[in-house]
Amino acid sequence: MAIDFQRVAPRTQRARVGRKRSLWLRLHLDPWLLAILLLLISFGLVVLYSASGMSASTTMAQAIRMGVALVGAVVIAQFSPGILFRWTPVAYGAGLLMLVAVEIMGDIGMGAQRWLEIGPLRFQPSELMKIAMPMMLAAYLHRRPLPPTWRDLVVCAVIVGVPVLLIARQPDLGTSLLVTCAAVFVILLAGLSWKFILALAGLAGAAMPMLWISMHDYQRQRVLTFLNPESDPLGAGWNIIQSKTAIGSGGIEGKGWGLGTQSQLEFLPERHTDFIVAVLGEEFGLIGMSTILVLYLLLVSRGLVMANNAQDTYGRLLAGSIVLTFFIYVFVNIGMVTGILPVVGVPLPLVSYGGTSSVTLMAGFGILMSIHTHRRLLTH
Amino acid sequence: MRKRRENVKNHEREVRVFRNRSLVAVLIIALMAGGLLARLVYLQVIEHDVFITRSDSNRMRVEPLPPRRGLIYDRNGKLLAENRPTYNLTIVRERVDDLDTTLQRLIDILDLPESEVDAFRARSLQRQRPYQPALLMSDLSEDQIARLAVNRYLLSGVEVEAQLMRYYPDPIVMSHVLGYVGRINTEELAELDPGNYAGTHFIGKTGVESTYEDQLHGKAGLRKVETNARGRVLRELDRDPAEPGKDIELTIDSRLQHMAYDLLDGRRGAIVAIQPKTGDILAMVSAPGFDINKFVTGISYKDYQALQNNLDLPLYNRAVRGQYPPGSTVKPFEALGALQNGVVKPNDIIYDPGYFQLPNDTRRYHNWLRWGHGRVDLERALEVSNNTYFYTMAYRLGIDRLSETMHEFGFGEVTSLDVQGALPGLMPSREWKREKYNQAWYPGETLSAGIGQGYFMATPLQLATATATLANHGHWVRPHLAKQVGDEAIEPPFAGTKPDVQIDHARWWEDVYEGMEAVLHGSEGTARKVGAGMQYEMAAKTGTAQVFSLGQNQKYDADELTERLRDHALFIGFAPVDDPQIAIAVIVENAGGGVSGLGRELTDAWLLPDSELKNQPGTTVNEEVESIDGD
Repeated sequence: MAIDFQRVAPRTQRARVGRKRSLWLRLHLDPWLLAILLLLISFGLVVLYSASGMSASTTMAQAIRMGVALVGAVVIAQFSPGILFRWTPVAYGAGLLMLVAVEIMGDIGMGAQRWLEIGPLRFQPSELMKIAMPMMLAAYLHRRPLPPTWRDLVVCAVIVGVPVLLIARQPDLGTSLLVTCAAVFVILLAGLSWKFILALAGLAGAAMPMLWISMHDYQRQRVLTFLNPESDPLGAGWNIIQSKTAIGSGGIEGKGWGLGTQSQLEFLPERHTDFIVAVLGEEFGLIGMSTILVLYLLLVSRGLVMANNAQDTYGRLLAGSIVLTFFIYVFVNIGMVTGILPVVGVPLPLVSYGGTSSVTLMAGFGILMSIHTHRRLLTH
Repeated sequence: MRKRRENVKNHEREVRVFRNRSLVAVLIIALMAGGLLARLVYLQVIEHDVFITRSDSNRMRVEPLPPRRGLIYDRNGKLLAENRPTYNLTIVRERVDDLDTTLQRLIDILDLPESEVDAFRARSLQRQRPYQPALLMSDLSEDQIARLAVNRYLLSGVEVEAQLMRYYPDPIVMSHVLGYVGRINTEELAELDPGNYAGTHFIGKTGVESTYEDQLHGKAGLRKVETNARGRVLRELDRDPAEPGKDIELTIDSRLQHMAYDLLDGRRGAIVAIQPKTGDILAMVSAPGFDINKFVTGISYKDYQALQNNLDLPLYNRAVRGQYPPGSTVKPFEALGALQNGVVKPNDIIYDPGYFQLPNDTRRYHNWLRWGHGRVDLERALEVSNNTYFYTMAYRLGIDRLSETMHEFGFGEVTSLDVQGALPGLMPSREWKREKYNQAWYPGETLSAGIGQGYFMATPLQLATATATLANHGHWVRPHLAKQVGDEAIEPPFAGTKPDVQIDHARWWEDVYEGMEAVLHGSEGTARKVGAGMQYEMAAKTGTAQVFSLGQNQKYDADELTERLRDHALFIGFAPVDDPQIAIAVIVENAGGGVSGLGRELTDAWLLPDSELKNQPGTTVNEEVESIDGD
């Protein structure tokens, strides 16, 4: 069955159809998305400079990394969704194979194993899965009539279940949950009936005790600590107490850039990676926190607009999932640092120091721009 | 199937569904973002005060500034107790990569004995606040510090910290005077002002260190510092400096103290020397002494057991806690009591047939000289230490008046101002015996008390004090160890001083002095050999005290036992008689007798301008002691 990408242009786009395609479209870039991304990254670098203890080299390294990731996004945006669609099974299959490889190596090497080393490169297959998984689901559902049927759901469950279990076994509970999230968003956006959604929610609730049993001790400890951080204030609860103290003591206006005592005096653990938002909260206060929240919401809004403008099922579902998953990262990270969610190793997107996750996120935005800018603007 | 096929390309519917779902998503996102915002408002606005306080207490720490402990000097400014930096080994576990490897390295570098390795490991595992250093070992040697420094690169997280520790340059001779400081124990902790002792690990346990603890300790200060999470101090925000402890100058002359210790020559005994006019305790020796420095760093169980089980009881402060029968040394005081109470006149003659008998009693109380001294007056009674004369005096006085006289001279009570642990001895009385034994007082017991035996017990400090009071014509000055505390001079009059001993005729003092001078200078004096060639006039009295009489079934063969059953030898004296500079009491356990030479050595040293003491400050005395001791 041939897939016809150019078949129908959404009705909404007709009004914007013009003779001349804009420069941005020809470059396959979205100015709004790029502008918000650049604002976020810049704000992130400002915070990182303080969080790293005024380390220019750390900040520069991150700036270069974000620059490279941004270039990567621009490059990806040049590939049309059709190409992405064709390569989807390959990406998914490769990801699955690497996860199996990690699993085998983990068995040999004992303990947690998330990395795959190929020559000088260290690669985290679960990161690839964050993109490949929604791509695969979107690709599958693209061929199916929607809303998905029972049979579709079973297939989806297999597509999602195998890699998620492999990631969970690494063990990387946080990533496996986020990958599941991305998959669930695809299915939800595909129009899964509310009955199913409720049933699934019930099932998820029932699965909680099972999850608890299968958890490693340190994972349980995290959950317990989340439920009662004061129970071990010097041990596992230290992170949450210190980050809450940092944010709370920031107040409305914050203590000022580089003046956060919690951050600068090393009370805050992992302050330039997972807990960077606590530095932001302490030094820039509620104003700074609101600003970054607004920037994230703007980015998500723009992303959703772009997803709604997508011309086919594949693009729509994929773009929607990427945007919603992005917001989930933001929510989980800030929720964790402010103490309303358990501590899971999720960095704050585009702000936390670190390479792998930024590259994945930027690739996602690249795909988003690709989907958005490769629309055929046909006149009927 | 057909219907489904038709639906495959229903893009319109898919777009509509997607849009609906997107709207739901936007709603949920708005809710979640609102949740985050609400949380942030809660943390940053509503609970802001709580967290700002917590953040401040996080970074700000109040650190105690322990005061420097006051130094102790002797009366000539010789340092007796100082504070020396010592080095402790600490470990911060959070900064150690591999605890086992590091510990093994430390054990190798420090050359720890197998027996200490386990304790060492256990200490390293004690749980505490992250990044707080844990004490692994105190008092490192120079050699160990050097070896640690060389291997420093292998030992991340291991640090050597300096701390001031008490050090006594002259630990054995000064042991019972100074006492020692030791680690604060739980009982002491409960009684201390925690603020003033925060950061202080040591407290005076005995001796001067204990008596003057408050003054020596000083006042703790505080500083407010900003720290990072590792507890490292980044800067000081505020400081209230500590007030260092006051330095104390003792009345002790360390040269005299040394000389007295050496004179005892390894025997068990005590010597106390007092300056009568001022009450200054010039020397206060209890032998054998012990190494007080060992108690500062924490004495090992083995060493402590050795001290505890030592038959010579080195930990026992004989000078102030040793309660001995004073024997004949009480006779001068008794003589004054007899004169004052009118039971005898100085020239009254008592005939001594070699014994004394109570009326209507056949029992004979013997003089030490079996055949008696014949006609004895007061002076001769003192010179020859006649028992019969003093049995008579005791009988005429009765226990009540005898006891009262002795109390006037300080027997049976503690009269010292600042001598830690001083015991009152025992001056028996009718009331005391009724209370203690619920028995009546027997006249024979009065006779025993009259020659310093029976229930009568006195400490060397009491004997020296009574002698000093005697030398002062009855004027009381409380004996004391501190001469100056900080800027404040410790000098008479002292609160709680006993009333002066009242004797109706000043001449009677001289009569007693003359009898005591005859002890050294008279042809029959009990210490006449010692008195030969003296360049000044000295009044003295010898004494012996029975240790105990042998029981019926006890054998008298083992040499060691024999030595320990010999009589204690006592001596009191003061000189010069017309202007007393020094009063001395000497007790040597199981010496049998002949310790008067020790007394003379000390007075010679103190009074003669060209004495060993004056010429060679702080050095020990030569062997001449032995020859004089032969009396």
